[in-house]
Amino acid sequence: MQEWNLIQQPGTWELLIEFWSFEDMNALWVLMGSILLGMSASVIGGFAFLRKRSLIGDALAHAALPGVMMAFLLFQTRDPLVMFLGALTSSFIGFFLIDWLPKNTKIKPDTALAITLSFFFALGLMLLSHIQGLQVENKSGLDKILFGQAAAMTQQDITLLAYVTVFILVAVTAFFQKFRLIAFSAIYARSLGVPVALYELLLALLIVMSVVVGLQLVGVVLMAAVLLTPIAAARFWSDQLTTILFLSAFFGALSALISTQISYLAPAMPTGPWMVVSLASLFLLSLLFAPSRGLIKRYWQQRQLRQKVSEENVLRTLYKLYERRQFEQNDFNIADIQALRSMPTDMLKDTLKHLCKKQMIRESMRGFCLSKEGLEIATQLTRRHRLWENYLNQYMDLPADQVHSQAERIEHILTQEQEWQLEAELKNRKSDPHGNPIPENTEGMSRDK
Amino acid sequence: MINDVWILATASLVAISCALVGVFLILRRQALMGDAISHSVLLGIVLAFLISESRSLPVMLAGAVIIGLITAWLSDTLHKVGKLQSDASIGIVFTLFFAIGVILISLYAGQVDLDQECVLYGEIAFVPFDTIIWGSSEQGLDIGPRAFWMISVVFVIVLASILVAFNRLQTVAFHPSLALSLGINVVFWHYFLMTLVSLTTVASFDAVGAILVVALLVIPASSAYLLASTLKNMLWLAVIYAQSAVLIGYALAYALDSAISASIAVTSGVLLGLTILGLQVHKIRLRRQGKATLLEKA
Repeated sequence: MQEWNLIQQPGTWELLIEFWSFEDMNALWVLMGSILLGMSASVIGGFAFLRKRSLIGDALAHAALPGVMMAFLLFQTRDPLVMFLGALTSSFIGFFLIDWLPKNTKIKPDTALAITLSFFFALGLMLLSHIQGLQVENKSGLDKILFGQAAAMTQQDITLLAYVTVFILVAVTAFFQKFRLIAFSAIYARSLGVPVALYELLLALLIVMSVVVGLQLVGVVLMAAVLLTPIAAARFWSDQLTTILFLSAFFGALSALISTQISYLAPAMPTGPWMVVSLASLFLLSLLFAPSRGLIKRYWQQRQLRQKVSEENVLRTLYKLYERRQFEQNDFNIADIQALRSMPTDMLKDTLKHLCKKQMIRESMRGFCLSKEGLEIATQLTRRHRLWENYLNQYMDLPADQVHSQAERIEHILTQEQEWQLEAELKNRKSDPHGNPIPENTEGMSRDK
Repeated sequence: MINDVWILATASLVAISCALVGVFLILRRQALMGDAISHSVLLGIVLAFLISESRSLPVMLAGAVIIGLITAWLSDTLHKVGKLQSDASIGIVFTLFFAIGVILISLYAGQVDLDQECVLYGEIAFVPFDTIIWGSSEQGLDIGPRAFWMISVVFVIVLASILVAFNRLQTVAFHPSLALSLGINVVFWHYFLMTLVSLTTVASFDAVGAILVVALLVIPASSAYLLASTLKNMLWLAVIYAQSAVLIGYALAYALDSAISASIAVTSGVLLGLTILGLQVHKIRLRRQGKATLLEKA
């Protein structure tokens, strides 16, 4: 293996400039080819993902190996088309095996996948080692399809790659409606009279094709990631299938760009692993930072919700205290609050600080008192809480001692309309199951406004 | 001659350990997790080697177990937190780990005693030449190949775990919900199994490489799964299938001048194919007999 050291070589920068001035036509072709591959594999992988068969690409890529070796053994040539057809055949056999095993034996689908994958791969390696022991010409480079090497691609390889990937993209565009229908509800599609089996076969063919042309660039072992990771990353950004597919095509293209770049700068580097690493980084970024489903956003929302709930809990506790003093003394300290509601002191102090800032409560002689706005909201919360208790008691036949904990949760999420509906249902009840009065709505002020 | 014995002994231990662990993997529907761990163990080995600069047995085992558990945990977390399908999250994690492993190998090609070839095939043919010397390096006693001792240690661990925890493993494998209601810590046993998988794959790494070990994990156990009616039967059958695959595969490798490890894996696949064929024929014959008796009655 050629030893390569990034630091020793004369100028990474010059190489970069050379690459982007496109003096080396071959580099440009490889770049275009890999971008096309990244796009088509991500798009077609998206449908596999939606059909809940994310790892099918992994199995199909491994299954292609014996086909390539067999084609070489039979025809003694490295013509890309022959290799392609060989790989296509054996991938398809693998595809049917994965389907056939669980249907006809006790073997479970995931085991069937693992069996097919490892058996075909072993067969491919056995043939490869056999070929390497033979005295035949141009056998070197056959093992490049294991990890992929963009730099080793020939003009013919790239031409074939371009035809196949463009074909895949065109086919997906042409049958987009049907594929979408089948991806989301195969049963519905069947009831509409769509020949589902035919389209599934077409989809399988497209997956197999993209896997097979990807082998030289990405390699057998890691092709699965190119089908799977872009769509998984894109999924965090949108709910619209077209947007997701465009985005995953973009991710695929971007990672292809990065990895061919690295492969050009350091020819000893296999392209596939770099493509996978750049895809995984894109995935990680999406997982964390995507605007609506990203972890950071979700964490932030949860925190806000938790804060809102604890604020409302404190307000309601203050109301209850106020109510027990017959609405005469509006002045309580932390010990009073904690006597009614168990809450860690730190958290309580924090919440009180927030409430002060929002002017829901004011600091007073003993500690805190409800302000006018605070009292309104506290009244409304208590009202919703007790209305709900009544509702559970009356319509769900829950005994009085079981209604509190449920009302405790729902008071935070009931809306104004629901409050009105409850009110209309429970006109005659003036007090909750525990005998506490339901407070009147003050001036129609509402926190929903 | 003595080399053949070492190779066969190592291969047999690898195949049998894999088959035993594989039985539980299949029953727990975790075949893909086995696939994932066997890939990411490569990263564990490379990292362990780069950090400690030694190939000592405990370091390798520890590296592999840590990475194996991280793979299992990360896939699980991604599935829960990222709301992804579980096989998708497995796929993302293990391809990333494997990719990093391969990149590290090509970056430190001069320093790591590993190359892309041996990741794929293993080097079972060279196993006899990498021996452990007991005592000082000049006058020590040559006690046999490193790979052999490594897999022996792991084999003993696997066997002991199965013997000691047989009932627990059985309950968890067949009735996870019953196990839960009995107060068995299902999560612990899940990660225990993942530890066994990691240990087995790293010990098999020298002999068969990172990917072929999947075949040895899954295929003999599946053949046994088709025939067995009890867990004990299944374990015995898996061992028999694994051992036959080793013997036939070794002969096949000689005949075709192909890689030993690949030939063993292929043979185990062929044995599975024959088993399925036999069962299929049996099924058809039963159906015909059934029809005949029905006709007679009519």
